[in-house]
Amino acid sequence: MAKAWKFGHDIDTDAIIPARYMNRSEPEHLAAHCMEDADASFAKKVQKGDIIVAGKNFGCGSSREHAPIAIKAAGVKAVIAESYARIFYRNALNIGLPILECPEAVQGIEAGDEVEVDLASGKIENKTKGTTFQARPFPPFMQELIKAGGLVPYVKEKMKNA
Amino acid sequence: MGMTISEKILAAHAGVDQVVPGEIINAKLDIVHANDVTGPVAIKEFEKFGVDKVFDKEKITLVPDHFTPNKDIPSAEQSKILKEFAKKMEIKHYWEIGRVGIEHCLLPEQGVVLPGDLIIGADSHTCTYGALGAFATGVGSTDCAAGMATGEAWFRVPESLKFVFHGANFQPWVSGKDLILYIIGKIGVDGARYKAMEFAGDGIRALSMDNRFTICNMAIEAGAKTGIIEPDEITLEYVKARAKREYKIYKSDPDAQYEEIYEFNSAEIPLQVAFPHLPENTKSVDEASGIKIDQVVIGSCTNGRLEDLEVAAKILKGKKIHPEIRCLVFPGTQQILLEAMRNGWIEAMIEAGAVVSTPTCGPCLGGHMGILAKGERALATTNRNFVGRMGHPQSEVYLCNPAVAAASAIRGEIVHPREVVNYG
Repeated sequence: MAKAWKFGHDIDTDAIIPARYMNRSEPEHLAAHCMEDADASFAKKVQKGDIIVAGKNFGCGSSREHAPIAIKAAGVKAVIAESYARIFYRNALNIGLPILECPEAVQGIEAGDEVEVDLASGKIENKTKGTTFQARPFPPFMQELIKAGGLVPYVKEKMKNA
Repeated sequence: MGMTISEKILAAHAGVDQVVPGEIINAKLDIVHANDVTGPVAIKEFEKFGVDKVFDKEKITLVPDHFTPNKDIPSAEQSKILKEFAKKMEIKHYWEIGRVGIEHCLLPEQGVVLPGDLIIGADSHTCTYGALGAFATGVGSTDCAAGMATGEAWFRVPESLKFVFHGANFQPWVSGKDLILYIIGKIGVDGARYKAMEFAGDGIRALSMDNRFTICNMAIEAGAKTGIIEPDEITLEYVKARAKREYKIYKSDPDAQYEEIYEFNSAEIPLQVAFPHLPENTKSVDEASGIKIDQVVIGSCTNGRLEDLEVAAKILKGKKIHPEIRCLVFPGTQQILLEAMRNGWIEAMIEAGAVVSTPTCGPCLGGHMGILAKGERALATTNRNFVGRMGHPQSEVYLCNPAVAAASAIRGEIVHPREVVNYG
């Protein structure tokens, strides 16, 4: 059962993974402190497959890739936000953390709601309330990048063909 | 159709005559940068490409500055990964402690980043180099790794926003920091999301390079992809003595397209203070007057340059820091520290009761050397005041320029510098 964890606007990368834990970079270490300064109990309570739902400008601040790595390693299946800061957006796609942009879904989901996300179609279903939403499609180039499995395989393929 | 300076740099590096906002391009990079936090993650990703060397060992910069001098064993291990990679790949631009500085102060000072360059850096404040008329943007470690392997990166050409400052008649002590805080206060922390912020007008042209670096440094705090200023005589004077390779000057066309143009009267902008917990929570210093503080931090990639230290030292000279205040000074580079020392500014600050550190990002990101306890409050010339940024999640950071920071260190509470010293 995928549960929604709700956060507000402008959740910055210091809240997602405070710098005091960035003297190390192992994913499991980062996951243990994921979202700590926004919700100190999150890392302990989050279950594999849960969803983060947040307001505008999610992931603003630092360029630390540790932020999407921490979220992914914590077991979060996807992030749904009204909008994303640009470096976080690139980083999430590069490391394979699914992110969806859908202001309507953010409005229509409350903390604890059971939510199902179909990553291929972008369909978001709030099972608790019986409502569905459609995430904004990714631009064609980003779809290509996602299809390749992230930036590393995409670039490797390009290097092979060069 | 005319192009902005950002569009021209991107087009030139993509090998095309014209680019338009929204277009995705692949472009050649002049510099790919990482530090001791983002570098080790990038190196791990780099190894996945299966290549045995970087695209160009002269175009990669690795700067151990965040947790250095290494604060503990894990951070020492991170720095070691960076150092060993630099050695193995024969990276030209790697600096050891004693020569290193805060990345965004060091690279311009050393002439490694130059006008017209296209730069990606695995640090969000990479946008600082826009002050030289370069297109520089922060990326994550994987983008950085791909850049190190291929010398290329993909970009979405950003829309440009223009910020014009009319008049060079700034109020006393107003600096680049106040202008950028003022802008962020107006447009918000996502007001320039995905966009290029271009700063222009006779107000900007009157500013020194140190002030221009401060402005471009904080473009990311409005969500921007970059901050950029057209090179002029002041830029060229700065670059002339430092550049060891060719560079190119780009300027925006008179008919370039901007998504929006914001115009300000320089004389109307008061000294700024950003309240917790976002840089957009700006007020005038008079509205912040009287707020008690525990710690003052002067330095960082935002305000750790020579002029910043000069302003602070001249206010502190002959005075005493409030007995209950810790005042920490972080010069941007060894060269800055040395020059400040030769000018007597370090002596003035130490005599006033400040502590002067080796260059490091240190407390700005809550890394080390000046962490706040629960309930403590800092006034800092740094760039972010997010929850927990400088230490305990229940501590607070207020942002300001070096003059306000120095004056407030003397008073023990936030204060306009005129309350402590005469101007000039």
